[in-house]
Amino acid sequence: MRRSNYPNYSTAIYLKNKLAISPWLFLMPGIIFFLIYVIIPIFQSIWVSFYEWDGLGQAQWVGLANYVELLDDEYFYTSLKNNFIWLVLYLLAVPLGLFIALFLNQIVFGIRFYKSLFFFPFVISQVVVGLIFSWFYNPNFGLLAHIFTSLGFEPIAILSDENLVTYGIIFAGLWPQVAYCMILYLTGLSNVSRDLMEAARLDGAKGWKMLWYVVLPQLRPATFISVVVTVIGALRSFDMVAIMTEGGPYGSSNVLAYYMFETALSEYGFRLGYGSAIATVLFFIMLIYITYFLFRLYKNEKGA
Amino acid sequence: MYNYIKVTVLGFLSVLFLSSASLSADLVITFDDLNPGPKAAFENAIAQFQKENPDINVIANNGDREEHKAAIRNFLIADAPDVTSWYPGNRMRPFVKAGLFEDVSDVWDANGFHEDLAAIKPTMTIDGKQWGVPYSYYQWGVYYRKDIFDKHGLSEPNDWAEFKNVCEKLKSKGVTPITIGTKYLWTAAGVFDYINLRTNGYAVHNDLTAGKIKYTDPRIKKTFEYWAELVNAGYFLENHASMSWQDAVVPFANGEAAMYVMGNFSVDAYKNAGLTYDQIDFFPFPEITKGVPRAEEAPADAFFIPTKAKNKSDAKKWLAFVARPDVQTEWNKTIGQLPINSKASVSDDKFIQQGFETLNTAAGLAQFYDRDAVAEMAAAGMEGFQEFMMKPDRLDKILQRLDKIQAKVYK
Repeated sequence: MRRSNYPNYSTAIYLKNKLAISPWLFLMPGIIFFLIYVIIPIFQSIWVSFYEWDGLGQAQWVGLANYVELLDDEYFYTSLKNNFIWLVLYLLAVPLGLFIALFLNQIVFGIRFYKSLFFFPFVISQVVVGLIFSWFYNPNFGLLAHIFTSLGFEPIAILSDENLVTYGIIFAGLWPQVAYCMILYLTGLSNVSRDLMEAARLDGAKGWKMLWYVVLPQLRPATFISVVVTVIGALRSFDMVAIMTEGGPYGSSNVLAYYMFETALSEYGFRLGYGSAIATVLFFIMLIYITYFLFRLYKNEKGA
Repeated sequence: MYNYIKVTVLGFLSVLFLSSASLSADLVITFDDLNPGPKAAFENAIAQFQKENPDINVIANNGDREEHKAAIRNFLIADAPDVTSWYPGNRMRPFVKAGLFEDVSDVWDANGFHEDLAAIKPTMTIDGKQWGVPYSYYQWGVYYRKDIFDKHGLSEPNDWAEFKNVCEKLKSKGVTPITIGTKYLWTAAGVFDYINLRTNGYAVHNDLTAGKIKYTDPRIKKTFEYWAELVNAGYFLENHASMSWQDAVVPFANGEAAMYVMGNFSVDAYKNAGLTYDQIDFFPFPEITKGVPRAEEAPADAFFIPTKAKNKSDAKKWLAFVARPDVQTEWNKTIGQLPINSKASVSDDKFIQQGFETLNTAAGLAQFYDRDAVAEMAAAGMEGFQEFMMKPDRLDKILQRLDKIQAKVYK
């Protein structure tokens, strides 16, 4: 008798707390994977940054030495500066995306075809974009060099000029990013309320005023997402730098993400502690934006 | 990460495999060159070894070189093959120091390699022991367009003044004297090494790469002064920083540039670019300081036994096999490089013959800047060389930075 009571008893607990337990059961797979692949590695990485370790021998505790070294590392400052340039210029993708979206948001014959053309760069891999642009910039056979020579100028080797290289890579990176922002805005535009537009038109609003006071406020969610996605994209810019220059010439186009890879995992690196220290710094910079993002999200949901 | 996962998966599979077939002696050999020549040479050698040792079941893996570089740190720890290809000098040092490579001095003792492989012995030696067996090496030097030299009445220069004279003449005829592509940095290290070896000699090269001499040392500054003479006169290809070494072959092939400081593996690229053997020739990098014995760059490739190998006795048989004169002769004929075993015979290819001559009369053999120097130093050093080639007036700042990194790396 007792044995048959036992399952009833536990079912009773479950039934009593069904509402509290069920969501956790459903969340469990997600939580487990998120812990294993995101949360735990973050803390591991911070932990490793206090060690000097080549991945082979014994790790040696060095305390804050890696961070002290970072403070005196020219390459680190170059990378930090470049990350900042990336952050500022990459945000151009948002207004550019908006204007292309506004331009494409009309009903003309074949508009879907044009839309897909503009969306195309987002579909192809970043690696391919990087390759295409490094050919485009090539001073010997690149299209840009041909344009320069035909105009009577000396071709500029953008990717091997320490002052231009970062801008050259960002420009290449903007191409797919603009397309991404455009798509976000296009979906936003399809939800813009016709009634409000009509009402505004009756009140005599048009052109910039219409855009600024009537359309843009309705696009706020799209703007918010584009800004966040672009900021994070700028901070973790890695693939473009890796494909186009490998951080060169002589480290002048390095960004934190690539510098981390270079010190920790490349052919000449394997200072896992130092690389982790760079990763940690990058993480805290990102955390600022992520916190802001979550804060806004929280406020919006509370307000709604 | 991808490689790590792959290696883990491979490791798991091979554990399954090995446990089922542990009775016959398996010998797992990992190699890292998929280019047609090296691939064929490796496969031929495997076939011959298998024929000579029917009781050993040879499992040969051949993979991409860059992937191999990334994977070796994992497979040496997680799932080691019995033999792996790798490089001597400072490239093997971390693995030797971490106890991941087996001491194979006994193979050297038993086969008389101390004499036969003497050329490469110093770079295979750490703490008085040998850690691997080399199977091939190749020379570096100046490859030049003989037809262009003939057209302008130029001959192979023997010293620095003649070399600069040749450069000046070529430049005045509208030909870029020296082609180079420094996008991937190491090509600049070749030029640095040669000017340094000719200015200061072999000992200074070794002391510098071992961290015993500073970069701001007057001797190293002297090296850069000579280099600056070439840079400031505009003797190097323009836009070299946006080109790979293969890109830099193009101006060489179409006659816009006449000389290339390179390794012998580049001959294939010249041929593929349409040049014939009559059009290209080779001379050793010319003398700079009179009386400095001529040392050369001669990077070697070798085989190693991981400490965690399962079948070390058969692995040692393979090491003894790849260093045998007849095997080295055949292997290097196929890949167009030089055998290390002094009893092996050399292919009658023009460049191989000249390389053999150059290396046999050399006072010392360097492995190359990025193999002789510690990896982290090499990375910073080569970036410094590239920066110097573009902004020679920043030399002092660059050298001070390299000193700072050197102090950190060799503490």
